[in-house]
Amino acid sequence: MAAPDPILRMTGISKQFPGVKALDGVDFRLLPGEVHALMGENGAGKSTLIKVLTGVHDIDAGRIELAGAPVSFAGPLEAQRAGISTVYQEVNLCPNLSVAENIFIGREPRRLGRIRWGEMRARAAALLERLELDLDVNAPLSSYSAAVQQMVAIARAVDISASVLILDEPTSSLDAGEVAQLFRVMRRLKGEGIAILFVSHFLDQIYDIADRMTILRNGRLVGEYLVSELSQVELVGKMIGQELADLERLDDKPKDLSPDAKAVVETRELGRTGAVEPFTLTIHEGEVLGLAGLLGSGRTEIARLLFGADHAGTGEVVVDGTPVSMRTPRAATNHKIAFCPENRRTEGLIADLTVRENIILALQAARGWARPVPRRRQDELVEKYISALRITPPNPEQLVRNLSGGNQQKVLLARWLIVEPRLLILDEPTRGIDVGAKAEIQRLVASLSDGGMAVLFISAELEEVLRLSHRVGVLRDRHLVAQLPNDDALTTDVLMQTIASGART
Amino acid sequence: MNQVIRHRLFWPALILVLLLAVNVVFTDGFLSVEMKNGHLYGSLIDIIRFGAPLILVAIGMTLVIATGGIDLSVGSVVAISGALACLQISGLEDQNAVGGVLAAIGMALALSLVLGIWNGFLVAGIGIQPIIATLILMVAGRGVAQLITDGQIITINSTPYKLIGGGYWLTVPFGILIVLAVLAVTAFLTRRLALGVLIESVGGNAEASRLAGIRSRGLIILVYAFCGLCAGIAGLMISSNVSSADGNAAGLWIELDAILAVVIGGTSLVGGRFSLGGTVLGALIIQTLTTTIYSIGVPPETTLLFKAVVIILVCLLQSPTFREKVFRRRERGRPAAPSGTDTKVRIPA
Repeated sequence: MAAPDPILRMTGISKQFPGVKALDGVDFRLLPGEVHALMGENGAGKSTLIKVLTGVHDIDAGRIELAGAPVSFAGPLEAQRAGISTVYQEVNLCPNLSVAENIFIGREPRRLGRIRWGEMRARAAALLERLELDLDVNAPLSSYSAAVQQMVAIARAVDISASVLILDEPTSSLDAGEVAQLFRVMRRLKGEGIAILFVSHFLDQIYDIADRMTILRNGRLVGEYLVSELSQVELVGKMIGQELADLERLDDKPKDLSPDAKAVVETRELGRTGAVEPFTLTIHEGEVLGLAGLLGSGRTEIARLLFGADHAGTGEVVVDGTPVSMRTPRAATNHKIAFCPENRRTEGLIADLTVRENIILALQAARGWARPVPRRRQDELVEKYISALRITPPNPEQLVRNLSGGNQQKVLLARWLIVEPRLLILDEPTRGIDVGAKAEIQRLVASLSDGGMAVLFISAELEEVLRLSHRVGVLRDRHLVAQLPNDDALTTDVLMQTIASGART
Repeated sequence: MNQVIRHRLFWPALILVLLLAVNVVFTDGFLSVEMKNGHLYGSLIDIIRFGAPLILVAIGMTLVIATGGIDLSVGSVVAISGALACLQISGLEDQNAVGGVLAAIGMALALSLVLGIWNGFLVAGIGIQPIIATLILMVAGRGVAQLITDGQIITINSTPYKLIGGGYWLTVPFGILIVLAVLAVTAFLTRRLALGVLIESVGGNAEASRLAGIRSRGLIILVYAFCGLCAGIAGLMISSNVSSADGNAAGLWIELDAILAVVIGGTSLVGGRFSLGGTVLGALIIQTLTTTIYSIGVPPETTLLFKAVVIILVCLLQSPTFREKVFRRRERGRPAAPSGTDTKVRIPA
C-alpha cells in the first residue's frame, strides 16, 4: 500500500517545562484517512504533544508542517481555522442550548445581523445526517446522553474544519454501546479522508479502531507502528519500558506468608458503574496484595471503593468476617483502613498546614475536635516518624507545601501509620519521587507487612509490584481479570501478557 | 527586626499604630485614659467599646471564612436578635426584672443559634454556595426583624439590659468584657482544642480532609452556628446601647465591615489559615478609622469616599504580593542609580 503524503508532520519537537523535559525530539506524522493512536503512560507527553500542535504551548525546538507548509499556531482557535480541531474528554458545549445552536454557536448563519434560524437548523440536520446521527436539532443538548453530546461536539469540529480531528480520551466516560456508536462516526469520517488523532487508555479500543500508532515514553518517541503488526504485549512493554534496572534491589520476592493468616478485609462483588466492574478479593494479615494494570483500568477505583471514598453500587465489604457499611472514609478509618491517594497534593495533603498538623490530622479526625491529641504526644509521634521515615527537612513546623514530592509522600504515610491501620492502601506511593525515596518507601512497605499489616499496593511499575507483593491482582478495562500468586513463575512478562490478553476469570 | 516584620500581624498592627498616631496629632489628650465616677473614660476605651459588636461579628466570621465560606447574614441576625430581646423585655411587667431580661436574652441567643444552624445546613447539608445560602437570610432576615418589631422601633427602659451595651463592671465597659470572654472561649476552642486545625484543614483542602476522615459537614454547621451566636450577642449589645430595636438599621452593612476586618487581619477569603488576633486588629482598625474621620473633621458628604480610599491603602499595604512588587521595584532601582551618576560625570569630562 503506497502511503499518501502526510497531512501533518511534526519533526524533532522538544518542549521544556520548569524542571522537566516534557518532549524530547519527538517525530509524529498523520496521514489523511487514518485513525492514528497516540499511546503512552501518564506523563509520557501525549497531552503536551497535542497542546503544542494546537498552539496551547510554544515549542522550544522542531517544526510542524500542515499539508506541506510550515505552521505555528498562537492558540487553538488559530489551529482550528487552519483545519485542526480538538474534542476533549469533557464536552465543551452548552447543555442548555439546542443541538443546532451548539453546532453553530459563534458562527451562526446571519443576514443583516439577524440569525437565520431556518438555515441553521437545516444545515445542522444535514451535517448530522452525514454522520448517520438521528437527532432532533431543536432539542436541548442536555436531553441526550454523554456519548451523543460527544458526537455533537465532533460534528461541530468537523463542520468548522475538516482535515485533522484530535480526539483526546473521548471514550473514558462512555459505555460499550456508546463507544460502538462513536466508532461508527469515526469510521465514517475516516472514509471521508479526515485524519484522526485518537487518545485512549483502553487497549481493546485502540485495536478496534486505530490503523497506526505512535508510542511515547517519558517525553521520547519510542516508535511508530502499524496496529496490525504490534501485539498487545509488545505495546504494553513499549509503553511501560524497563527503566527500573538502576533501582536499588530489595529481595527479589517478598517473604512467605504464613498459610493460616486471617483475612482482614474481603469484598464480595463490590463494584460501581462506570468505575470498576464487580470484583471479589481478600486481603490477609501481613499480606501485600499488588494491583497491576494500565492507567484507567480501575486500580484507583478499587482503592476508593474499599476506603469508602466513593459509594459502591453493588456488593459488600467484609471486615473480620462481618459485612460492614463503607459509605464514608470515616467509616473506613473506624475499621482501621487507611488510604494514601494517588494525587498527594489534591487529595492527600493540606499544603498550608505544617508537617506536624498534617501528620496528626487523621488521628485527630478520629478523636473529634473536642479531644485534642495532647501537644506533647503530638511532638513525640511527629518526631518519631520524621526520624523513622527520614523526612527532610526534619522540622515539624515547616509548611508541607515547601517539601519535595518524596518527603510529602512520607508525611502522608506518617499520617496513616500513626493510626496503626490494619489495612494500608497505597495508590502509586512511589510515583514522581526520586529513586532513593522510592527504595525507602518500598522497604517500609515490606517491613510493615512483616509486622502483620495488610497492604494493598497499587503501582504502574510492574517490577515494583512484583518485588513487594505476595499476590498480584491484574486489572484490564475496569475488570479484575486475574489474581496471581507471586511465585517463581510470575514475571513482568507474564504480567504484561495478562494485562494485554485479559485472561478473564 | 526582620523577624518582627515577617510576623503575620506586623502590618495590621503597624497600620493601627499609624491611624492612632494621626489621631494623637489631631486630638488633644487622645491617649489619656482617666477614671471618672469609678468608670474608665477615654478615646481609646471608646474605640474598643464602640468596636465591640464589630469585633464579635468578625470573630464568628473568621471561622466561617477559614472553612472557605462566608456569612452575609450576620447583619440581619444582629437585627433579629436585638428585636426579639427588646420585644420580650417590652412585654415584661417590670422591665428591670433580672429574670425576665435573662429569659429575653436567652431567647434571642437561641434564635441566633438556630439561624446560624440554618445557614450551616444550607451550606453543608444541601451544598448551596455559602454566598448564596447566607444571602437568603441576609435579605429575608431584615423582613423577619421587621415582623418581630411590627415595623416599629421598640423602645425599652431596662437597667439590667442596658448593662450589656452601655454599662460598666469593675470600672470596665461591660461590652469589652463580653468581647474578651468570647475571644477567650474562641481561642480555647480553636487553639487549645482541635477545632482550629480541623477548620483550617477543611478550608485548606476539603477533599483531602474528607479522605483523612474529617466529618466536615458537622464541622461547617458548627462554625456557622457559632457565627450566628456571635452576631446574636452583637445584636444584644447594639440594641442595649440605644435601649431600642430598629429592625431596619441595626447592624446594617456590619457583614461587610466584618469581612473586611477578617481580610485585613490576614485570613484569606479562600479559606485555610486564620488569625483571631489579626481579626481583632482589623476590626479595631476599622473602628479607629471611623473615629479618625470624625476627629480630623472630614466633611460628612465625603466620609464614605475617604473611608474607601484609606481601606484600599490598608489592603494594599497588607497584601504580601503588593509589597513584594513595590519592594522589588525599589531594589531593581538601586543598582541602576550609580550608573546614572557615572554618565553624569562623563558628560562634562
